[in-house]
Amino acid sequence: MENNFLISLLLLIPLIGGFIVIILPKNNLNFIRYFGLFISAAAFVVSMLIFFGFNSAVSDFQFVEKYSWIKNLNISYTVGLDGMSLLLIVLTTFITPLTLISSWSSIQKKVKEFTFFMLMLEVGMLGVFASLDLFLFYIFWEAMLIPMYFIIGIWGGEKRIYATVKFFIYTMFGSLLMLVAIIWLAVYASSALGHFSTDLVELYTAAPTIATEIQNYMFLAFAFSFAIKVPLFPLHTWLPDAHVQAPTAGSVILAGVLLKMGTYGLVRFCLPLFPEASIHFAPLMSVLAIIGIIYGALVAMVQTDMKKLVAYSSVAHLGFVVLGIFAMTEESIQGAIIQMVNHGLSTGALFLLVGFIYERTHTREIADYGGIAKIVPIFSFALMFASLSSIGLPGLNGFIGEFLILLGTFKSPVLDSWWYAVFAASGVIFAAVYLLWMYQRVVFGEVKNQKLYELKDLNKREIFILVPIFVFVVWIGIYPGTFLNISKASTKKVVEQVITPDVLGIK
Amino acid sequence: MELNINYIINSLGSLLPEVAVTLALVLIVIVDLIMGKNKSLLPYISIAGILVAGYFVIDQFGMNGFALAVDGGKGMIVVDSFGAFFKTIIVFTSIVVVLFSLSSKEIIENSDRHGEYYTLIFGMILGMFFMVSATDFILLYLAIELLSLSSYVLAGFAKNTMRNAEASLKYIIYGGVSSGIMLFGISIIFGITGSTNLYEINSLMQAPQFQGLVGLLAGILIFVGIGFKISAAPFHFWTPDVYEGAPITITAYLSIASKAAGFALLIRFIKITFIDSINLQGYWTLVNVIDWQSFLILISILTMTLGNFAALWQNNLKRMLAYSSIAHAGYLLLGLAVLSNQGIIAILIYFAVYAFMNLGAFFIVMLIANKIGSEDMDDYDGLGFTSPLIGVSLTIFLVSLTGLPPTAGFIGKLYIFFALVDANMIVVALIALANSVVSLYYYIRVVKHMYLTRPNSQTVAVVPNIANTVLLMVLLLPIVILGLYFSPLVELAKTSVALFGF
Repeated sequence: MENNFLISLLLLIPLIGGFIVIILPKNNLNFIRYFGLFISAAAFVVSMLIFFGFNSAVSDFQFVEKYSWIKNLNISYTVGLDGMSLLLIVLTTFITPLTLISSWSSIQKKVKEFTFFMLMLEVGMLGVFASLDLFLFYIFWEAMLIPMYFIIGIWGGEKRIYATVKFFIYTMFGSLLMLVAIIWLAVYASSALGHFSTDLVELYTAAPTIATEIQNYMFLAFAFSFAIKVPLFPLHTWLPDAHVQAPTAGSVILAGVLLKMGTYGLVRFCLPLFPEASIHFAPLMSVLAIIGIIYGALVAMVQTDMKKLVAYSSVAHLGFVVLGIFAMTEESIQGAIIQMVNHGLSTGALFLLVGFIYERTHTREIADYGGIAKIVPIFSFALMFASLSSIGLPGLNGFIGEFLILLGTFKSPVLDSWWYAVFAASGVIFAAVYLLWMYQRVVFGEVKNQKLYELKDLNKREIFILVPIFVFVVWIGIYPGTFLNISKASTKKVVEQVITPDVLGIK
Repeated sequence: MELNINYIINSLGSLLPEVAVTLALVLIVIVDLIMGKNKSLLPYISIAGILVAGYFVIDQFGMNGFALAVDGGKGMIVVDSFGAFFKTIIVFTSIVVVLFSLSSKEIIENSDRHGEYYTLIFGMILGMFFMVSATDFILLYLAIELLSLSSYVLAGFAKNTMRNAEASLKYIIYGGVSSGIMLFGISIIFGITGSTNLYEINSLMQAPQFQGLVGLLAGILIFVGIGFKISAAPFHFWTPDVYEGAPITITAYLSIASKAAGFALLIRFIKITFIDSINLQGYWTLVNVIDWQSFLILISILTMTLGNFAALWQNNLKRMLAYSSIAHAGYLLLGLAVLSNQGIIAILIYFAVYAFMNLGAFFIVMLIANKIGSEDMDDYDGLGFTSPLIGVSLTIFLVSLTGLPPTAGFIGKLYIFFALVDANMIVVALIALANSVVSLYYYIRVVKHMYLTRPNSQTVAVVPNIANTVLLMVLLLPIVILGLYFSPLVELAKTSVALFGF
């Protein structure tokens, strides 16, 4: 089949493109920028080909490519997609070109290196979502740290070095733990399979047969690693630093896609590989998620820095996603998947907007603003739109995700208590409070700062970046079926993998 | 024991690498005498000599047998793939170090003593070759002494700086004491068994005399001597000072070749002397004299933790790499502590990778030091942007030393973890893991200085010449390639794992 090379093509385009960027002449900034955009747009086109070639009725992996790689360990280059990963891959290819455009004004020095690292980051992210071999997954997962380290470290704010080292060390700890867990899992599974293997599909059948106690440890190792990435309370402390210090494009990628790797890992690996352990730890994970929701919202409320506020709102939003995953019903996992996409869109848009205004005023302090509604109407409207989407206003995307998650949590046989949903629902209210309050202080009221009168409204380029995001915000809000259908079959499969009759019997 | 000259002559066929090294050594001394002040030929003779030795070493892959064996007895030397593997690493490192010496400022400045320099390097090579293949305590001790004496002098080669003299003196004192302790251990074993041959001692190990304190003492005393060579804690105290003070070529040499020889010796010593049986999964059961497993785990955890945490505070790059090499010795010891062939394979893979990345890191530190005369991290500010090749290469080497994919260092760590997990030593693996995270901090500190700190006015551009660029690529490309495709290396390690007799 000709389709069978598409995922590799998707990975190769930014990879090769990135290395071409390196040899481009250093001084022609615009050429580098357009070239970077061209590459990421090409990746988007390929992802669209995959999107339209995808059969959403099938729950198995599609577009699978398998090449033997390390023969003596049975490691192979295996990539493939199901509905869940497809949505996240499209999200990645969609967000990356937009962030590259957004960096055209904010990144003025070392453009070449920046474009290179962004493209490498894209390779890593796409690879993580497409890998069907744990070893390959790990390579992409780790390799992505290095570009992010440089993006925050070179182009970041004042405390960028502290932030980037913290980010690096935090995630490295988690991922090494995952490495040990991967090896451990593969060694254990080898007795069931008869050979050492890191192939995900093979492990799906072998791993659940591992003794419950061992499963618990393996689950914890994987979950710990993913939880750092998500980040789940109380492992979230790297996030505000990294987000605030990163350049706008870095923050958008970080919030938009990178964090999803953690939640994606939970639903792709933890649940199907260790069903018993997942059910065993579901209450714990859910409680942590709810603490994250409430804590993130409360901390966001008292922030004086807009970017920090948005960063903490991520902790809350990702809490919802984790809750949805561990409620383990079809609705809640569907909601979690769509909420991952939502968060990428709305938080991405918020970071972009904060970045846009920061470029103009060089301040992110809420107190420095006020009354800009009349001065920059388009910006004010866009901020309103993004905030409402993030809050979860019915008719916009956020509502769909949160609604499905809460619905699934109410019904969840695993959590088996409606208190989870009640507490989580309070997070929705908090979100409205901190975002609208921020909006009110920034946009309404009197103009206290005279400099604000010189503020220029969003230019065409900036509007061009935001419009596609907002289109999807409305699309998901009004007709989520387009996207829910894609992930439906694979979500159902995950739930079936976890909630087997005998597993429920054990509980 | 009667030793007939015929035995020696018969064994010469198995000793060709050593013979080649000896001849090259003699040739260097003679050429140095004849040519007088002109020393420019010496490095090329050295390289030629090492290459010839290397040719014979490659030949030894797949061989299996004793050399210098007394009639019907066990030989003093074995020739096997395991030894050949380590000798290959030593040969490779030696060539690279000689090439380093060609452009090292410290070495060039002392060109009047180049004859001694290259002669002593060959002394080290000879010592290491014998260390790798000796199976007799007497020969083994002589080999260690030959290596040590040559390296004491080389550590102080640049003699015009204080730290150089300090390095040499400290090295001698520590080395002298630890080799004395080792000799004491050997004497105890000889006292009990009446033999100095590892294979013979192995068959006598079950004797009641060995039980209790005596066996324990003898084993540990001998370990002290080897531990000194591989700079395992708590015998590592010389390492930072010597590594910092010695000329950087010698530092690189000590940190790889000398350590490799030490490890080869340690593996041979423990496996041959103490082995009882090997089960189907490749795990060894050792004679119940010393609990080597616990002992090695303890030492290795101590070593890597000390090395990593001490490295955190270092500002001098050479000193930092010294501590990092201590930490790496810790990871390597874990491979042995597993007590299985799986673990030895991990060690072999790790060493092959370690040679490339550590040589690379030292090479770049040397190139920078040649230019700016400093190894201080603060002088590296902004270097990544003024000298892209140097910056990118050092970053890759350091990332590899940390053990992150997609570099070869990751493969080394992967196999160590793999061996540990396979042996169900999860807790130990977790400790090693935590250590890796610590090491990340100091390795990326260098990257931080090169890229994240804004360049100051004094930042200069370091541009290696073509020869050095080629050498750099020879060290760099395997790091990247092996990181993605490591099957051949693993296969080689697998075939090299068997010691003669097992």
